[in-house]
Amino acid sequence: MKYGVNEQGYYGDFGGAYIPEMLYPNVEELRREYVKILDDPDFKQEFDQLMKDYVGRPSPLYHAKRYSEKYGANIFFKREDLNHTGSHKINNAIGQILLAKRLGKKRIIAETGAGQHGVATATVCALMGIECIVYMGEIDMERQAPNVARMKMLGATVIPATSGSKTLKDATNEALRDWIANPVDTHYIIGSVVGPYPYPEMVAKFQSIISAETKVQLKEHTGSELPQYVLACVGGGSNAMGMFYNFLDDEEVKLVAVEAAGKGVNSGHSAATTALGKEGVLHGSRTILMQSDDGQVVEPYSISAGLDYPGIGPQHAHLYKVNRAQYVSITDEESLNAGLLCCQLEGIIPAIETAHALAYLEKMTFKKDDNVVICISGRGDKDLSTYIKHFGY
Amino acid sequence: MQLFSFNDTTDMNRLNQLFASKNKNLLSIYYTAGYPRLDTTLDIAEALEKAGADFLEIGFPYSDPVADGPTIQHSSQTALDNGMTLNLLFQQLKELRNRVSIPVLLMGYINPIVQYGVERFCKDASAAGVDGVIVPDLPMYEYEMIYRKHFEDNNLSNIFLVTPQTSEERIRKIDGFSNSFIYLLSSSSITGGSLQLSDSIEAYYQRIKDMHLNNPAIIGFGISDNRSFSKACEYANGAIVGSAFVKLLAEENYMEKIPEFIKAIKDSL
Ligand SMILES: Cc1ncc(COP(=O)(O)O)c(C=O)c1O
Repeated sequence: MKYGVNEQGYYGDFGGAYIPEMLYPNVEELRREYVKILDDPDFKQEFDQLMKDYVGRPSPLYHAKRYSEKYGANIFFKREDLNHTGSHKINNAIGQILLAKRLGKKRIIAETGAGQHGVATATVCALMGIECIVYMGEIDMERQAPNVARMKMLGATVIPATSGSKTLKDATNEALRDWIANPVDTHYIIGSVVGPYPYPEMVAKFQSIISAETKVQLKEHTGSELPQYVLACVGGGSNAMGMFYNFLDDEEVKLVAVEAAGKGVNSGHSAATTALGKEGVLHGSRTILMQSDDGQVVEPYSISAGLDYPGIGPQHAHLYKVNRAQYVSITDEESLNAGLLCCQLEGIIPAIETAHALAYLEKMTFKKDDNVVICISGRGDKDLSTYIKHFGY
Repeated sequence: MQLFSFNDTTDMNRLNQLFASKNKNLLSIYYTAGYPRLDTTLDIAEALEKAGADFLEIGFPYSDPVADGPTIQHSSQTALDNGMTLNLLFQQLKELRNRVSIPVLLMGYINPIVQYGVERFCKDASAAGVDGVIVPDLPMYEYEMIYRKHFEDNNLSNIFLVTPQTSEERIRKIDGFSNSFIYLLSSSSITGGSLQLSDSIEAYYQRIKDMHLNNPAIIGFGISDNRSFSKACEYANGAIVGSAFVKLLAEENYMEKIPEFIKAIKDSL
């Protein structure tokens, strides 16, 4: 794969495993074992079975007629919102819990922003009867309260991260600290294509089912498996990487990654990483991150907890640098309006994260025959209170 | 395998000289530059030398210190709020060798170094009279490929960590890459815990001791008082006190309390 990872865990200039020695044995164990385990027929069979019977895959590729009319192209929604637990995050959680089981781990930790990854992880832990601890920023616990309750109902312990910006970055720090202190029996289920190698690669593989299915489904709809455009929102970048993965080598397919501009890219309240960031090291990999001249990580901001992260996965940093994908951004306001539009034109309430991808359609111009696929990464139930407050319903 | 050696004494930095003259009960103190106040960095260093510390680790603060517990997270955040940066630290360190003669290491995370420029960082550290660097999130592979040259060109020691989970093969490799001492973690933990003594931990110390490494070993993380310091010195050449000292810096009249703090830790050693 032209845009894939090399043996040292790098995508071009990005990636690697910048971890303290305390984490070396865990990360090395994963690096050694994960490919073997993923290729094992027994693993594949269990993964496929759960994806079908438990998650409800394949998720539909829906031809959105009213969107198509409005934007003058054939718009398709890849419906990850219809997965069990309501987002793409479950794909990765299922993959990693099966891996953790085979590694003999007894305890699972995870970080979460919007709570979707926390819910997915709590769900698979309930399914397998394994202890689950989820770290979540204090601010995110407030704005995504229904998901906190869901995780607790599923039997997980939710621990607030109270340092820094009290959001996803800080929850990730706390999870890493937990893993350092529990090096033998614990597996850390990272929720996006971030972290030290092999995490970005492993999570991308689990999420690549999104684009694998899309190719087959699009061919049924249109006669060709290749669309002109593929769009997805980017927090750490897992739904986008899953949506891009099987199109990376099809250079004629234009890939569009939508970041959160918050109150505006230059407002000082933004999470538009490629626009504002520089190369550096965050959470174990060399990537692009928002930081001061002195190398301190800048507190990001977005109304969407799942996109409120100062970095992006290293493969995204690479795709950005070599111009294989286009990185753009959408403000809070634009995303909320796009979310409401989707409710009213298609009867689908999207997650605010997803609404960022939908909003970018407004800024594109299409030819009538263009086929466009958008990853509907999650449903908006968790965001109702934000929508309601904003629109005054 | 000794990958490079310091048999020529002109190459010896202060750390090597220290270990050549004293090989047991060495006490190192960690604290964060710019904490509790922006301008306390060198006053504290001077006081620690006078009080009897054998060498120092001066932390440069980072916003996301994943290997640190609440005490050092707090000192780092306060130092950043006070305005500490690497630029400013190197300004302050211009006076270092007029005031302090014991070995000094800088300790911090990789991202501020990357932004400052690795080569520039090594040059400025060396010019200030710094003897070594501890970067917990700098992996051996990247050190070998990118960083080692700059460290060696500037006669800076890079210190690697070893934990109870580190394999013997990797410890040998680390020993080969090291040229002053190896930092033995008392357990797999973040900073600020307390030394947990158990049969398995003592077996780990003994296992390292029996490996007869080329480099001295210094134990850190969880060393906070005379009891834990003495215990560590039974197995290693010395130990490092961090969070316990940083806590002292939060007290009133901390400068006056430094001699007493060091004396209590070293008591009868
Ligand atoms: C619905 C939804 N979409 C997108 C994201 C962003 O994550 P990623 O960029 O890894 O897909 C999240 C994260 O919580 C989410 O819940």
